[in-house]
Amino acid sequence: MKLVDEFRGSRVVKDLIRAINESATGIYRFMEVCGGHTAAINRFGIKNLLGHNIELVSGPGCPVCVTGTGFIDKAVRLSGDEGNIVVTFGDLLRVPGSISSLEKEKASGADIRMVFSPLDALRIAAEERSRKVIFLGIGFETTAPGTAATVMEAEKSGINNFYVLVSHKFMPPAMEILIRDGTNVNGFICPGHVAAITGSSIFDFIPEQFSIGCAVSGFEPVDILMSVLMLVNQVNRKNPNTAIQYKRAVSREGNITAKKMMAQVFEPVDMYWRGFGIIQSGGMKLRGKYNRYNAELLLNETIKDDCNEGECRCGDILRGLIVPVQCPLFGSQCNPGNPSGACMVSAEGVCNAYFRYGRNE
Amino acid sequence: MNRNITLGYGSGGRLTGELVKEIFAGRFGMQGPLTDSSVLENPGSDLAFTTDSYVVEPLFFPGGNIGKLAVCGTVNDLAVSGAIPVSLSSAFIIEENFPWDELDEIAASMADEAARAGVRIVTGDTKVVGKGKCDRLFITTSGIGKIRKGYENLATAANVRQDDLLIVNGSMGNHSIAVLAARNIFDFRTSVVSDVASLNFLAGKLLEECHGIHFMRDITRGGLASVMNELCAMSGLGAEIEEEKTPVDEPVKGLCEILGFDPYYLANEGKMLVVCDSNEASRALEIMQKDTLGKNAAIIGRVTDDRRKIVVLNTIAGGKRILDHRSGLQLPRIC
Repeated sequence: MKLVDEFRGSRVVKDLIRAINESATGIYRFMEVCGGHTAAINRFGIKNLLGHNIELVSGPGCPVCVTGTGFIDKAVRLSGDEGNIVVTFGDLLRVPGSISSLEKEKASGADIRMVFSPLDALRIAAEERSRKVIFLGIGFETTAPGTAATVMEAEKSGINNFYVLVSHKFMPPAMEILIRDGTNVNGFICPGHVAAITGSSIFDFIPEQFSIGCAVSGFEPVDILMSVLMLVNQVNRKNPNTAIQYKRAVSREGNITAKKMMAQVFEPVDMYWRGFGIIQSGGMKLRGKYNRYNAELLLNETIKDDCNEGECRCGDILRGLIVPVQCPLFGSQCNPGNPSGACMVSAEGVCNAYFRYGRNE
Repeated sequence: MNRNITLGYGSGGRLTGELVKEIFAGRFGMQGPLTDSSVLENPGSDLAFTTDSYVVEPLFFPGGNIGKLAVCGTVNDLAVSGAIPVSLSSAFIIEENFPWDELDEIAASMADEAARAGVRIVTGDTKVVGKGKCDRLFITTSGIGKIRKGYENLATAANVRQDDLLIVNGSMGNHSIAVLAARNIFDFRTSVVSDVASLNFLAGKLLEECHGIHFMRDITRGGLASVMNELCAMSGLGAEIEEEKTPVDEPVKGLCEILGFDPYYLANEGKMLVVCDSNEASRALEIMQKDTLGKNAAIIGRVTDDRRKIVVLNTIAGGKRILDHRSGLQLPRIC
């Protein structure tokens, strides 16, 4: 079995599209809340397969995008000290801070390294004992357990030159704010990888309290279209619930071990989200026992978390209020080569996806 | 803020184009389309002249090493310009303490590959620099070749027409993935081997036996997407590519999924794009498929009359998306 193509093949896709078009008798507006979905929807041209009565809008699903410029400013500041090595996932390199980006600092000599796993950062720390190794911990419930496991491993192996600059975030509080603020959607395509960790039950409050349907979706075209069909049916039958489309990875309970690790290392904290402001319990911070790994302790100045957005409308885009082409900077002043905001940088950013794939419409 | 050269300027995408255009082409008074080789008028037959530097890390990878790469890359730049490669130069920048035996092994690979491609390495230069002044070994090769009669404009895409068909000689992305895996930064092994190879005999056969070849380009850094965008910019036309027909080996596809890479942007070192008159395409495909370097050749799309010069990919799911120039390096996703 071809694990990739079987979920993309146009025959199955055509069958699904037909089923969706037959069922979709009303007007539907669904929001995807994961950057992976945004990227896949645009990469496979899924929007132009659906009828005009089904609109897919992007929400705050790209972790890089919802992070304030202050986080980049802190990382840039930390990279300026010769004794420090800043270790990051690739997405963050080009994100502009208020004065510089990590890519620019790297070009001018800062020791900034790209890794694919936080454990690689710990390995670097073990090799470079005389220097401080700072891992940029970013992402939702998906990547937080990896950071938690790494912090626990650092403690176990007595590596004390390892630090984390934490910007991990919890997804459900942001979704609740979106709904309370009146974002006009009648279904959520919920993030499959977040739910693989947390379990699908974290989204139950959405159908229960707000009567809006949820489908926890995988990331292939077939997954996404199946989720759309599930949501259409939920709306038609007036039966909102938390459906799991991505059954090959997601259960109601999630990954118990990963959840335990996350809870052992992190506790909820009010955190700044780009486009939202401070979200109550929207972020994670290291628990007291692990606070000595906190990279904020290495900063001897206060750096603000929030953004000075200027004309950049990333914030409104992240809340699904406008689409990228409605931003005055889109495509002219702001493009992937010269991004004004994070949404244009990450492959999962809405603006980046629109810029790369969307101009065919 | 001062403008500095970031790694993105070496990615082969939009930024590389900017760098070359804004600094070198202007300063050196280069005119016309910037192609893989420059054509020098010469009584008898025109000459193609090209140069390329190789900085691959690690120096040895499954399927080859920096030496083989340095010969193949320059031979291919000549071959796709319609030339018969004749002579190469090779210049070495060596970091002090570099092992003698490794250098010898690299030189032996260069000699083997040159013999296979029928070219001679006739001149060179050696510099040894202090520790940390270069990353172990850099090689620059230049090459000169005789352009086949009638193909003086091959590399400029001047002959490309609407409805010409697009052919590639095999799967995309193997070199990038093989080199990435050889860096040992991931905890996995892969069977993917670099496709590094000299394409001059295959290109020669096509140009001699098929009369509808309108353009050729080796698909290296920046991948097929970059080559397609350059083709469209030069020809003033658009293109349509079928994802389903584009050959990508299963292990490459799988790793791209894991790492968040797009095979259309990955480097190859033994692949080329051939643009062919639609009436001659089956002949060209047959010639390619008979060659060991073109066994998996496939017609992947066509040239369109899209004056916006846009490359559209018809996705495997039946949707459409734009295959744009990449800005900077491909950055792996995080979730």
